Amino acid sequence: MSDKAFHRTHSEMLNERPAPTSTVGVIGWVRANLFGGPLNTALTLLSVLLLYWSVPPLLDWAFFSADFTGNRGSECTAEGACWAWLDQRIEQFLYGFYPQEFYWRVNLSIALLFPALAFVLFDGLPCARYGRWFSLLYPVIAATLLVGGFGLEGVTTDKFGGFMLNLVAGLSGIVLSLPVGVLLALGRRSNLPIVRYLCIGFIEFIRGVPLITLLFVAIVILQLFLPPEVSLDQLARVMIMITLFASAYMAEVIRGGLQAIPKGQYEAAQAMGLNYWKSMRLIILPQVLKISIPGIVNTFIGLFKDTTLVIIIGLFDILGQARLLQTNPEWIGKVDHETFMLAALFFFVICFSISRYSIRLERRLDTNKR
Amino acid sequence: MSTTEAKANTAAPTIEIEGLNKWFGAFHVLRDINLAVAERERIVVCGPSGSGKSTLIRCINRLEEHQEGRIVVDGTRLTNDLKNIDAVRREVGMVFQSFNLFPHLTVIENCTLAPIWVRKTPKAEAEAVAMEYLERVKIPEQADKYPGQLSGGQQQRVAIARSLCMRPKIMLFDEPTSALDPEMIKEVLDVMVDLADTGMTMLVVTHEMGFAAQVADRVIFMDEGQIVEQNNPDAFFNNPQSDRTKLFLSQILSH
Repeated sequence: MSDKAFHRTHSEMLNERPAPTSTVGVIGWVRANLFGGPLNTALTLLSVLLLYWSVPPLLDWAFFSADFTGNRGSECTAEGACWAWLDQRIEQFLYGFYPQEFYWRVNLSIALLFPALAFVLFDGLPCARYGRWFSLLYPVIAATLLVGGFGLEGVTTDKFGGFMLNLVAGLSGIVLSLPVGVLLALGRRSNLPIVRYLCIGFIEFIRGVPLITLLFVAIVILQLFLPPEVSLDQLARVMIMITLFASAYMAEVIRGGLQAIPKGQYEAAQAMGLNYWKSMRLIILPQVLKISIPGIVNTFIGLFKDTTLVIIIGLFDILGQARLLQTNPEWIGKVDHETFMLAALFFFVICFSISRYSIRLERRLDTNKR
Repeated sequence: MSTTEAKANTAAPTIEIEGLNKWFGAFHVLRDINLAVAERERIVVCGPSGSGKSTLIRCINRLEEHQEGRIVVDGTRLTNDLKNIDAVRREVGMVFQSFNLFPHLTVIENCTLAPIWVRKTPKAEAEAVAMEYLERVKIPEQADKYPGQLSGGQQQRVAIARSLCMRPKIMLFDEPTSALDPEMIKEVLDVMVDLADTGMTMLVVTHEMGFAAQVADRVIFMDEGQIVEQNNPDAFFNNPQSDRTKLFLSQILSH
C-alpha cells in the first residue's frame, strides 16, 4: 500500500501553452509597468502631470512665441525665444573664424569622416578592406584639409573655432586616448618594475591634478623648458593634454577589465604557446575592451565635453561663440538662454549618438545569446 | 617488473623529472618528485585535494615555475629561457578543469587560433584540421557556435579538440571532468579513451577511477606533495601497499 502512495507515472508529457494574454502585448506591458500597484500608479500620474506642466510652455517659448527674424536683439519683441541671430551667426557657431572661402574644406573633412568611421564601427560593408585603409589614412587627409599643405593654402589653428573645433579636438582625443590608455594599463600590470612604476606614477599624477591646471602647464610653463626655437602649436598642446588626461582615466577603466578576465584565459593562451603580445592582442584585450565598453564610452563622452576648455588658450569653440554673442552689444541680454541651448543641443546629439552606438556594440558582441 | 617500466627503459623518456621541488611562498607543495614518462604512456595521477597533483602537471608546461630540480620535456630542458618554454608548450597540450575556451571566439576559431598564430599554418589548412578533430570529439555541427552556447560536456570536448589541433606529442589533463554535470562526464571520458587508443602520451589528473582502470598504464598516488605509490592499475586498485593509498581508495570507492 505504501508503494502505491509514492508511485506516480506520467504517461503523457504536457504540451506547451501560450502565456496568458494579460501578461503579454501592449496592454500587458502598460498594466505591469505603469499601473502595477498604488505607488506605481501614483508615479505614473505624477510624471504625466510634470510633462503637462513643462513641455507645452517650453515648446511655446522655443517655437510658437519665438522671434525668428531681425538684425539685432532689440528687434526681438515677442515673449518667447529670440532666434534672429541664427541666420547671420550660425556659421561662426559651426566654423569659428575659419576663412569663409575654405568652409568646403571643413565640410569635406566632416563628410569624409562618416565613411571613415563606418568602416571601423560597422561590419559587413562592401569593400571593407580598402575602406579600412581609408579609415587609417583619414586623420592625415583631414589634417591636411583643415590646416593646409599639399597645395592647399595654410590655415593657422587659431582660426579654428565653433563646433568644428570641438569635433577636431574631441575626435583626435578619442582616437588617441584608447591605445595610450591600453598601453598604460598593461604597463601598470607589467612584471618589469620600472615600467610598472612609471605607469603608476603617470596615471596617478595625471588623475590627481585638475585638467585646467595641466592645460596651464602645457601652455605657459612648457615653453620655459623648451628651447626658444621650438614652438609647439597651442591647439596641439591642448589636444595632447586632453588626450593624456583621458588616457589616465582610460587606463584605469581598462585595468578594471583586465582584472575581470579569469586567470584560466591567460593560462590557456600560455599553454597553447602564445607569447605575451599575441595573447594580449588575440585573447585578452578583445574580451577586456568588450566588458569595458561602458567605462570607455564614459571616458570618451567626458573627453568630448572637456574640449570646451580650449577657451583658456583664447580659442572660441561653440560654447565660446555663445559667450561671445551674449556680450555682443547688438544682442546683449537677449540671447543668453538661446545660445547656450544651441550649444547644449550640439553636444547632446554627439554624446547621445556615442552612447547609442555603444549599446548596439555591446549587443553585437554578446556571444552568450542563443 | 611491469610492462610500463620495461617500456620506459627501452627508449629515452618523453618527460623526465628529477628531484623536483616547488614552494608556494613558504609552503612546500612538491617534494623531491622523480618521474619518467615514456612515449605513448598513459598515466593517471590521483590523490586528495592539495596533494600537489595539479601543480605537478602544471610544472610540465611551465604554468608553474619550479625552484629546484630538472624537468626535460621531449628533449628540451625547462629553464627561464623563454625559447625553451615556447618550444615545450608547442608540443604539450593541456585541458583544464574549467575548459578555458575563449568566449569571444567561435568553436572553430578557438581551434584554429594557435595553429595559425603559433605554428603559422595557413588558415584553410588549420580549419580543415580543426574540423577533423571536431569530428573526432563528435561535435562538428557546433563549429560556428560560441562556447557560451554549448553545454559543459561539449565545451570540454571542444577544449580537447583545440589542444589536439596543435598536434601535440603530450596531452595534460587537469581534472577534466570535475566541473561537469554527472550525465556529461561520460561523453568527455569516451573522447579521452579514444585518444588513449591512438597512442597519445597522456598525463591525467582525475578522480575517475573507472577511467584509470580502463586506460592507464600506470597510476600515481600523491599525498602531501610526494609520490606515495605508483603501480599498474590492476595492482594499484587490488593490492595497494601504503596505508595512505588504502585510506584514499576506501574513501573514494566507498560509494
